[in-house]
This record gives sequence, C-alpha cells and structure tokens, in this order.
Amino acid sequence: MASILVLVEHEEGNLKKVTAQMLTKARELGEPAAVFVGEGLRSATEALGRCGARTVYAATGEGWTNQLTLPLVDALEAAADRADPAAVLVASTAGGKDAAVRLAARKGWGVLADVVDLDGDLLATQNVFGGATIVHSRVTKGTPVLTIKPNAFPVEESPVEPQVVDLGLVRQAGPSEVRMTEHVVEERGGRPDVAEAEIIVSGGRGLQDPSNFALVEALADALGAAVGASRAAVDAGWYPHQHQVGQTGKTVSPQLYVAVGISGAIQHRAGMQTSKTIVAVNKDAEAPIFSISDFGVVGDLFKVVPRLTEEVVKRKG
Amino acid sequence: MKILVTVKRVPDTAAEKRLDPADKTLDRESVETIMNPVDEYAVEEALRLKDAVGGEVVVLCMGPSSALPTIRKALSMGPDSAVHVHDDALHGSDVLSTARVLAAAIRKVEPDVVVSGSESTDARTSLVASAVAEYLGWPGLIGAKKLVVDGGTVRIHRETEAGYDVLEASGPAVVSVVKGINEPRYPSFKGIMAAKSRPVTDYSLGDLEIDPDSVGAAGAACEVVDFTPRPPREAGQVAKDGGDGAAALELAEFLASRKFI
Repeated sequence: MASILVLVEHEEGNLKKVTAQMLTKARELGEPAAVFVGEGLRSATEALGRCGARTVYAATGEGWTNQLTLPLVDALEAAADRADPAAVLVASTAGGKDAAVRLAARKGWGVLADVVDLDGDLLATQNVFGGATIVHSRVTKGTPVLTIKPNAFPVEESPVEPQVVDLGLVRQAGPSEVRMTEHVVEERGGRPDVAEAEIIVSGGRGLQDPSNFALVEALADALGAAVGASRAAVDAGWYPHQHQVGQTGKTVSPQLYVAVGISGAIQHRAGMQTSKTIVAVNKDAEAPIFSISDFGVVGDLFKVVPRLTEEVVKRKG
Repeated sequence: MKILVTVKRVPDTAAEKRLDPADKTLDRESVETIMNPVDEYAVEEALRLKDAVGGEVVVLCMGPSSALPTIRKALSMGPDSAVHVHDDALHGSDVLSTARVLAAAIRKVEPDVVVSGSESTDARTSLVASAVAEYLGWPGLIGAKKLVVDGGTVRIHRETEAGYDVLEASGPAVVSVVKGINEPRYPSFKGIMAAKSRPVTDYSLGDLEIDPDSVGAAGAACEVVDFTPRPPREAGQVAKDGGDGAAALELAEFLASRKFI
C-alpha cells in the first residue's frame, strides 16, 4: 500500500490536533507516514504511533526547526524521495502552506489548498468563496500536495509501534535561507488559536468600545473558546488583525460560532458560514446574521452576554 | 533600491462570486472588480520603503487587458511604473503557473525586494508569494506585519497567533504582507491624473520565454471536477429579549441541548 506523508505540526514534540486529524484520514488513503522536523521527537513518536503512523521520518538537530519553512520543505522532499508517497498532507496553517507550495513548486507537483474532505481516489473537497460554493478537484500532475483545514477530520486512535527513520540530513544554509532572531509572545490568555478552535466567540461593532471586548473574552473563557473579531472591530483598532474572521481575515469552521454584536455582512459570513452551529446576539432583529443562525437572541448584548457567561459558568460547575 | 509590488484584480468584496460553468474558472466579467484589498497594503508598504531608502517602485500585474484599471489604481497611489503580463493562454492558470509567470517577469525587472499581499480575496489560497520565492530561489518572508530593509538584509515581523517572530534574510527576497501592516493612502486627484502618464510595459508569454502550453488550463497541475452552490442555511429559533437579558437562559438551554455546555 502506498504511503501517505503527513507533515507533523507540533510545539516541541506536542502534536497539534490537526496532525492527529490528518493521520486519521491518511489511514483511509494508504499507509500513514509522519515527517517530523525539530525538537521533541521522542514524545511526538509515541503520540504519532497512537494515531497510526507506521513510519516517522525525522530531521532533527542543528538547524532543523519547524519554525522555519525551508527545513520543512527539505525534510518533506527527502522523505518523499524515500517513500514515493501517493499524497502529501500538510496543515492549512500559514507555515504549513508556505512549506507545501514550495515543495510542490520544487517538484512540479500539483497543490490544492484548504481541503476539507478527501475520498479514496484523492478527490478533494474545498469550500470556496467563503463557503458559498463547494468544489471537487484533483491534482493531475505528480504527487498531490494537499493542505488540510484544521477540524476537517475527526480523530480516531489506532495504535501502532512506529519505525523511526532518521533522514540523515545535514542542514546547509543556502542563499534563500531565512533566520529567526526573535520569538515574541504578546498575548497569552491561554485561549485556543482562532484557526484551530472548536468554539469561537466573536465581537463586532455592536460592542461600541474596545474595552467591551472584555465581555466577549469572558464568555470565550467560560466556553473554552477562541476570540474572534469582525472587520469593523479590527479596522477600528479594537482588536488585533490576527483575530479577524471574514473575507479579509480568517476563514473558520468551528463546532460552535457565537456572534456578538455582529450584523453579519456578506464579507463576515464568508469567513464563518461553514461553522457547524451558529448563534448570535444582536439588537437588530433584521440583522443578516440571524438568517444563518441556529439560535438568535434579539436583545441588548450588554444585558444578554454577561447573563449568558454567568449561566455557562454555573452549568459547567 | 528597486521595489516590485504585485497586484491582482479581484471581484468586489461584496459581490457574489461564481464559477463559470463552461470552464470552471472564476467569472470576473459579470461582477464589479477592484484591486485586491490586501494589495493596497502591499503598495503602501512598497511606497514607504521607497520613502525610507530611496529608489523606485514597480507594479507587477498578471491578468487580462481588463486588469488595466487595477494597475492604474495601484499607480495612482504613487508607484513609478508598471509591468502588465497578459496573454490569452494564461486564462485558467493555477497557483504554480501563476507563480512561474510572475517569477519570470520579476527576473526581467530585477528588483531588490518583492512585496505581495498575503492573499487575494477570490481564491484565498495564500500560496502564490511562497511559490514565487521558490521559483526564484529567493528567501520568502511570509505574513509580515512589519517590514524593514537594512542594507542587504530584509527583516520582518511575522504575524503569529500570540505575537510575532522576527525573521530576516539576505535580499533579494519575496515578502508577503498582511492587512493592517500600515494605513494605505487614498489616491489623491493629482495621483490619479499622474497615474495616467506613468509607463506600463506589456509582457507576453513570448517576452518571458514561457511555452503557452505550460500555463493556463492546459498547463495546470490540478483540475476542478465539479462544483455546486452550498445549500442555504436555514434560520433557526429566535428569542426576543425583554430587556433584562433573560433570553440568555434560553440560549444557554440551546447550547446545553447541543452539548456545548
């Protein structure tokens, strides 16, 4: 059975959920093989085995970091040369996409972005135009390189004892090398990333003032959610751009999306309408967000949201 | 320093985008089109770079002749000249073909740095700038919320979920910038008038020595098999709050019924 290469997204060996999701899917398509770059190989290998990775191709040591793109591309290329895979799966994160497309360009292989489903013949499903259109496409040249949206696939464990294969690579800095001189953490609420979160609570213009994002953050924390923001809120400088959901921000598809004080203009819906469940709080009964909400509250968010937060905390005990 | 900035013509943000059933490519002719919104930040950043270190700004656009207003729009913000790559054979180009054509045009212009928007609002793949860097054999600095060129070193702050990474590379390099890196200027009346007389150089595939069969639909490495509109979501329950926030309890009940709490 042909192998399916999966680039491991991790933080010092702790797997990101999307890695387990990709490996679970890879088991349906062929024999899953992980490509690991960076530190933490030992703990990662155990977790990768639980998700069914039969082989772990590793590039570790001096210069091998998963924080930069070229080491990822070089490791993927070396692993692909060995494994001759039927497909390469990479997470649809900023870094993952950067690596995936460089691999595709280098090898002359076709690449598809933001895949949300794959059938046994590697026919890919993508949501385009903000989820308004569902497209089926396939790669017609070379080995398909597919970037996979986080939360597209469930995780099912299927433990195996992986064989670790050291790719034996020596990192040589070429003219296209990028160096990382600093890693700066500005905010740490312990909240999940917007792109990967299962629940997102987003705030918009209805909050009236940047300080009122505290209401959104409190509800998010009660639900264990990430915080999102509408374009209006970001453009007004109320919340940082990396939290923006919509056409000029992130496209998300969480299990639950809570829209607070967001009217739901088309450009916002384009970023969240594929969410599994949508609820909204808005004072305007005519707001378009209600037309796509599974549950809407027409009311004053300054009254409704604090009571909701209180109730969530109470029920979660 | 020679700064090249890429721009793309896309459907208006508020327009309903659709695929043309005949060739399964984006229908750009039946909708209002604009310059890709993120490209405004790229043009602004290129102009600021020129203000800081001197030199010239060249706009690069690949697209049919109907993309000319997008090029004029970019020029009206202040760049010195533009390069327009158009050729009927380019219709239906995928990410890799697009990047290969842009890379070939960039080689002819020989800039010290390339600035691109992080994504276009139509296809939204965020892949082209990285692929251009790979074809050129240049460093790719992707997702910048700050850009500084310091002698031969190109340095960015790469946006992350929790903050930023400082990345640097030796030029020439390809940089993609995110929305919010700056406050793009509005073209002045003088700028709009001046843009009309700025030189726009046309390149065909022949000028770039690219085989027409290797790009467009014929050269694509992937194909759209079929597409369907997403069935519309149905509006669900609505609770009207009486003014005391008590409808929150109904919402909580709903969330509990779906096992979120």
